[in-house]
Amino acid sequence: MAELAMNKTHPEFKRGFQSGVSIAIGYAPIAITFGLLAKTTGLTFGETILMSLIVFAGASQYISLSLISLGTGVFEIILTTFIVNIRHFLMSAALNEKSEKGQTINKAVYSFGITDETFSVAAMRDDTVTSGYMFGLNLISYCSWVLCSGVGFYLGANLPQTLQESMSIALYAMFIGLLTPSMKKSMKVVFLAALAACLNTVFTMTTELSTGWAIVISTLISAVLVELIEGMKAKTGEEEDEK
Amino acid sequence: MRSEIVWMIVGMGLVTYIPRMLPFVLFKGKELPPFLQGVLKNVPSATLGALIFPGVFFINEDIWFGVFGAAVAFIAAYLGANVIVVVLGSIAALSLYSFII
Repeated sequence: MAELAMNKTHPEFKRGFQSGVSIAIGYAPIAITFGLLAKTTGLTFGETILMSLIVFAGASQYISLSLISLGTGVFEIILTTFIVNIRHFLMSAALNEKSEKGQTINKAVYSFGITDETFSVAAMRDDTVTSGYMFGLNLISYCSWVLCSGVGFYLGANLPQTLQESMSIALYAMFIGLLTPSMKKSMKVVFLAALAACLNTVFTMTTELSTGWAIVISTLISAVLVELIEGMKAKTGEEEDEK
Repeated sequence: MRSEIVWMIVGMGLVTYIPRMLPFVLFKGKELPPFLQGVLKNVPSATLGALIFPGVFFINEDIWFGVFGAAVAFIAAYLGANVIVVVLGSIAALSLYSFII
């Protein structure tokens, strides 16, 4: 039985692992910088690795470091982490629609690895998202994140500055690489992305919203508006057909 | 390891994990209303838009650094390059950019 299950999940696991290579590359400079900053903030090597192992969420780990150095209390740091990471709720809800039926326990396990990046790669996949795929995708991303945090702690200061700067484009390039093919196929995707991009830019520039909330609100407004407009268009289309 | 830091990390881990996990458990086997399903289907493309902008402008003090990198990525992706090629291509282009400027 176990062998049968392995045979079925193995190719999906491999596919997920391969899809995660770009994420692993993109995480390297961010995790290395995190490791370096953690060291300068005064965390020990064990604490640095533990945070990457248990939290696995880039932005909030950075923010916690700056809060620690400001002397902020533990409760505020945990609350800020919650606010920054609440956007994953929306991502998991969207991914749940796209994932294979059943497998609730597997989903509860792999949901630990849902980040902006693993979500983007999985959600833009053409096929159904299987558990094997998610485990492969998350594993390579997680390993890169944790290992590079450790590398950054010890070696961060010695890495060539130019390479680190150039690598900071990696995740953005990956997002663009995921989005562009769908934009070519559908105007709807162009509208969704452009509207959310404009809203997020406006919110970031003009309000005090945290990055996490700005992303959630821009995404929601864009997704709801485009859906409403589509619904209206479909309705008027039907009415015209009736005439 | 200091126990205060360990507890902080455990707390951060919990409040990060719970929103990631809840939708899979809350909505399991439930058919959401069609409108809500439509909205959730729109979420990935919209999220990508918000993840790229305005963040890509701020990866360097020089705003053109991000603009140039994003343009290279877009052209490569538009021409049909694989995501890994898009990523490596834009890293290479920016290494060249910093070398020249």
